[in-house]
Amino acid sequence: MSGQHTNSEIAVRVRRLEERLIGAGLTSDDELDAIIGQVTSGSPANGARVVARAWVDPGYRERLLADGNAALAELGFSMSTGPQPQRFTVVENTPTRHNVLVCTLCSCYPIALLGPSPSWYKSEAYRARVVREPRAVLAEFGLELPADTEIVVHDTSAESRHMVLPMRPAGTEGLSEEELARLVTREGLIGTAAV
Amino acid sequence: MGEPRFAVGDRVRTSTVDPPHHTRLPRYARGQVGEVVEVQGCWPLADDRARGLSDPRVEPVYTVRFPAEALWGPPGGHWVQVELWESYLEGAT
Repeated sequence: MSGQHTNSEIAVRVRRLEERLIGAGLTSDDELDAIIGQVTSGSPANGARVVARAWVDPGYRERLLADGNAALAELGFSMSTGPQPQRFTVVENTPTRHNVLVCTLCSCYPIALLGPSPSWYKSEAYRARVVREPRAVLAEFGLELPADTEIVVHDTSAESRHMVLPMRPAGTEGLSEEELARLVTREGLIGTAAV
Repeated sequence: MGEPRFAVGDRVRTSTVDPPHHTRLPRYARGQVGEVVEVQGCWPLADDRARGLSDPRVEPVYTVRFPAEALWGPPGGHWVQVELWESYLEGAT
């Protein structure tokens, strides 16, 4: 636990809860620190690096789609820092198929690659609606898909975590891998935006 | 739990049971027929883990694809993929 606790009501409640859990032998300072470290080291910049590499390196793209965990390890990322290792898969957007992620039961999300999830991802409205009417929900995010684009909604209900591989934007042939990575947004990695 | 009972391409029907404990079969996907699109390997059953059972069942997990129209009625037009433990599923024709 960090020493930088504030005295806000929520911080006080969290601190009491931590003390009780540790007192009951259910967790430890070290375990909590490790989890907090995992959450705060995740960032959409990690996912963006993976995407940019896949855009510039067709061999990497193939390995990423075939075995996400192994391809992550090539770039020094891991899905095994939490309480139990997670399977990682990447779903690729194409001109005819669009993927979008949700966890209808709670808020499962690839934190190591995308950082903490946005509040809308955890909202009941998003979770209830995107499985039912994804085209309308995506339009509200500003993403109008052609009528003949197939939409696949991935409900993260077990021990896998997913990331969307967006389509590389047109006109970016001259950009470096680093420049490409800067184009990739968190919403692009969830599937609620194009890149 | 040994070999997966289902393979990619198999049609499966989800359970209609509403258990009195945590489960990862979402309510909207109960009693539905879908198609296995991926076999994910074996994982401890979330229902058992959430109940604190000391020896949770370890089962194959499948990615199962459902047509939206079956889940929600017309107009449909998209797919919903859900990740389901084997004990949530039975074979369908």
